[in-house]
Amino acid sequence: MSSAPRLTREQVAARAALELHDGDCVNLGWGIPNLVSDFVPAGITVYFHSENGILGMGPRARPGEEDYDVVDAMKVPVTVVPGASYFDQSMAHLMARGGHLDVSILGGLQVAENGDFANWKIPGAKGSGGIGGAMDIATGARRLIVCMEHTTKDGAPKLVGRCTYPLTALACVHRVVTDLAVVDVTPDGFVLREVAPGWTAEDVQNHSEAHLIEVGQVREISLATR
Amino acid sequence: MRQKVYASADAAVADIRPGARICFGGFGGAGFPNNLIQALDRQGAGELTAITNNCGSADGELGILFKHDRIRNVIASFPGPHARHFQERFAEGKIKLELVPQGILCERMRAAGAGIRGFYSAVGAGTPVAEGREEREFDGRRTVLYEPLGAEFAMIKAWKADTLGNLIYRKTARNFNPLMAVAAQTTIVEVDEIVPVGALDPETVVTPFVFVHRIVQVKGIHNVVRT
Repeated sequence: MSSAPRLTREQVAARAALELHDGDCVNLGWGIPNLVSDFVPAGITVYFHSENGILGMGPRARPGEEDYDVVDAMKVPVTVVPGASYFDQSMAHLMARGGHLDVSILGGLQVAENGDFANWKIPGAKGSGGIGGAMDIATGARRLIVCMEHTTKDGAPKLVGRCTYPLTALACVHRVVTDLAVVDVTPDGFVLREVAPGWTAEDVQNHSEAHLIEVGQVREISLATR
Repeated sequence: MRQKVYASADAAVADIRPGARICFGGFGGAGFPNNLIQALDRQGAGELTAITNNCGSADGELGILFKHDRIRNVIASFPGPHARHFQERFAEGKIKLELVPQGILCERMRAAGAGIRGFYSAVGAGTPVAEGREEREFDGRRTVLYEPLGAEFAMIKAWKADTLGNLIYRKTARNFNPLMAVAAQTTIVEVDEIVPVGALDPETVVTPFVFVHRIVQVKGIHNVVRT
């Protein structure tokens, strides 16, 4: 078993940011995905979408410059970039659900080898739970990337044969970026593409419930950013 | 001419009866009709059904109505872990909750206002949301039937209204407000400013006056709570 460290949340976000291309319209979910905007590769422009009605969301507002009528989906005052627009929540979800965004990056609880996705409810957890925009965004995503820890706090694998948590959407995930690996969902199941530095394919498999197919060379996740 | 401008938030909500079904606008601290919500709390009608994205933040937004046990039924997308008064009562079994995906919540309200009797979407297929709902396949993809979601009242927040009721909103404070305006039989709006008819550029009106029935000019309450 590897003793190498796992990637930090920031490193996972930085790796996920390499999935973005110039001109992409991108929705970022809560958790690690929210950090992705800090790591957009130099030389490209992407437009962030917020479910409460922004296309072209910019960085967080600086202290003293907050406008509480301009917030992101986490209630944080943000800014907008040149070219931005405001619209209602229905239009925001039309963009997501209708497949008009290029990439969506969401946090996850479980991903199954058929692409099924669970991210909103842990069975037995306290409270009402809540769905928010995740089902609309996952269902309509042209390309859905899930960023998450490879295992739960208790060490349970989150890449599974079949999701046991309540689903967010069926067969919707394209790629998973974890603190141990980059894995694609294919018609044949999970394909292991990259592993964290110091980790082997076998180590990563040992932390996964589902089988990870190896096709050719498994690369090391590049931690060089920008 | 019908007089739509009310002297106070209290006057605008005076006739809401116990058991009413009400849409409440707002998202992420922005665009909440906090003055109307507080007036409704003072008015005291109970056994309400709330259609809303979330269920308040401490005593703010809808929190005060849960604190005083005014709401019995909730149709929401994300009640929120910090909606303390809601969560306490939900845990005690005092509140019935229907969770709806956020975009579907929008479309169900829009459908109610648009005369659409139902629609199919892949959103929710294979999830707990689909339980008890009709399913149908289109092009090999599972979809779920959703019915419209209308209400007797909507309480919304806009930036400016003219005295006819044409509305414009400010930035992300727009959110659910225009959708709720079309879904309700009676839409009550609180605004920062009422302007004369003709003062709003017709190109910029977001909610045309036909959807707006009562207007109150009040000092907006922003419920800024770090969560």
